Amino acid sequence: MLFNMQIWQIRGTGMGNIIEIRNLHKSFGEVHAVNDLSFRVKQRELFAFLGVNGAGKSTTINMLCGQLKKDAGEIVIDGKNVENQMDAIRESFGVVFQNSVLDKQLSVFDNLKIRAALYGIYGQKFAERFAELDALLGLKELERRAVGKLSGGQRRRVDIARAILHKPKILILDEPTTGLDPQTRQTVWEVVNSLRKNENMTVFLTTHYMEEAADADYVVILDAGKIAAEGTPLDLKNTYTGDFITLYHAKEKEVAALGVAYEKLGTTKKKSGMQKKLQGTTKNGEGLPEKPSAEEKSEEGIYRVLVPDTAEATKLILAHPEVFSDYEIVKGKMDDVFLAVTGKKQIQGEN
Amino acid sequence: MKLKAMIFRNVKLFFKDKGMFFTSLVTPMILLVLYVTFLGKTYTDSFNSAIPQGIQVSDNLIAATVGGELISSILAVCCVTVAFCSNLLMVQDKVSGARNDLMIAPVKRSVLAISYYIATVFSTLIVCIAAFGAGLLYVHSVGWYMSVADILWILLDIVLVVLFGTALSSIINVFLSTQGQISAVGTIVSAGYGFICGAYMPISNFGTGLQKVLSFLPGTYGTSLLRNHAMRGVFEQMRADGFPDEVVEGIMESVDCKLYFLGNEVSLSAMYLYLVAIVFLLIAAYIWINARKKNR
Repeated sequence: MLFNMQIWQIRGTGMGNIIEIRNLHKSFGEVHAVNDLSFRVKQRELFAFLGVNGAGKSTTINMLCGQLKKDAGEIVIDGKNVENQMDAIRESFGVVFQNSVLDKQLSVFDNLKIRAALYGIYGQKFAERFAELDALLGLKELERRAVGKLSGGQRRRVDIARAILHKPKILILDEPTTGLDPQTRQTVWEVVNSLRKNENMTVFLTTHYMEEAADADYVVILDAGKIAAEGTPLDLKNTYTGDFITLYHAKEKEVAALGVAYEKLGTTKKKSGMQKKLQGTTKNGEGLPEKPSAEEKSEEGIYRVLVPDTAEATKLILAHPEVFSDYEIVKGKMDDVFLAVTGKKQIQGEN
Repeated sequence: MKLKAMIFRNVKLFFKDKGMFFTSLVTPMILLVLYVTFLGKTYTDSFNSAIPQGIQVSDNLIAATVGGELISSILAVCCVTVAFCSNLLMVQDKVSGARNDLMIAPVKRSVLAISYYIATVFSTLIVCIAAFGAGLLYVHSVGWYMSVADILWILLDIVLVVLFGTALSSIINVFLSTQGQISAVGTIVSAGYGFICGAYMPISNFGTGLQKVLSFLPGTYGTSLLRNHAMRGVFEQMRADGFPDEVVEGIMESVDCKLYFLGNEVSLSAMYLYLVAIVFLLIAAYIWINARKKNR
């Protein structure tokens, strides 16, 4: 809690807040979906909102977009209160929904033309905006095709075009890359990064892909409707996970003698050079027996050692240089943070 | 501009949805075939039995009378059932999530509501006028006694009943949000409306109590208006052929061209007035419900 407050204070200065949520509550019958939620999103930042299904992410977004009524609390977007200035707020944000909600029978052009008219963009203004979006998202080749006939990646491009038709200040991405192939995911992120850079857009992201959250400026992890942790990815990694030293061609006896927690990732046969590293097993140790035999114990293996931080890692290496002949140090991942904070394993791509 | 864009969207979606459009278009045609096949003979027998002995009626006139009754019945049913069918877009938008997308734009709920209403009226009118065209061809093939004025009056009646059917379906659809509810309402309306508006069977055939109840329903007068204008020519011909007035009046009563509200005969202008008032009332209620509808 102290940690959260410190971050709050630090972020409270400098760049202005474009979204402020204070003491938000929402219940559905007995279920308290959002429970005293408070956070801020700063202008132009990539804000990641994480949580397992049922954590309250979608409920919060729906209240943010004025589609769900809150029970208590306050939501201020771009200086306007959702309670009584929703009409003005609607101009401020665009939403890429988890599932495409455009009209599948209509062409890309008709879909965008109709949606643009709802923001007062029509005629020449629409033609100009369409040309801009075409330059950004490559819509020209799709414009006459029905949305329902597009591939997942093409549809996502159109969804983004629809969300940014009116040049909103905030782009809300509700699990935008779920179900997309890696190449399309990369394309989506290139577009989003371009929007942040060129249009100064604030991006509010919910995602199941932890590596996407790792690129965020600020992360809020939600659990059972409450904030379980928040901070920059680096802060969170430093707070909730340590550093990991991966040792190659080490003997278990030597690793155990270090006196720190470790896990075996795989074995390697005693061979020289690069062969040693490439031979044997995968890093996650799939297919290995759980209890190695005495013979196996004497074999060289790949081990992962957990240390509290980089300073401790350095101390350990300097104290045991004979063990650390081939190694690498990495920070914990957002997956580790998520697991440490919520105690729940996040399944990638889970809806 | 927002309203225009939404109407354009809704109409285009109706015609792009081949299933919805063709079902709407084919339904009146199927009804026409079913009516001619199964009800034509019943109507003819019923009409023959109503003619006093000693009066000669040409087959052509009988066929035209039955034809007028048939197309007025088809139109009375279609104007409402097709409206329900084409107005399903309102519910489908909720099911597909498109409604969420529309609602995040700065557009008022009442504008969305009116756009669904106008688009449905437009789509339904196209289908019903096509059905009317097919009906006219049928009547022309069996016996023609209509004037241009009758056709224009029928067109006005179609517009009015479509406005009523759309308003009714709009109010009901506001409360629907799932595919199952859509199917249930569609089935109930298709099966039931023809009976309660007097299309499948003239209300004069029902018991007195039921007749009183049905006299409060606007659909009853929609059917009666259509029937009056579709059969005016044949009644005129009957009089010209020397039918006694009381016989013609009796036939008119038997086919609901004459209706009574609490014992008083309802004039055509009163029927129009009542329908128009109900349409305005329903539209106002529909917009009010939409405007008042809060988020959960």
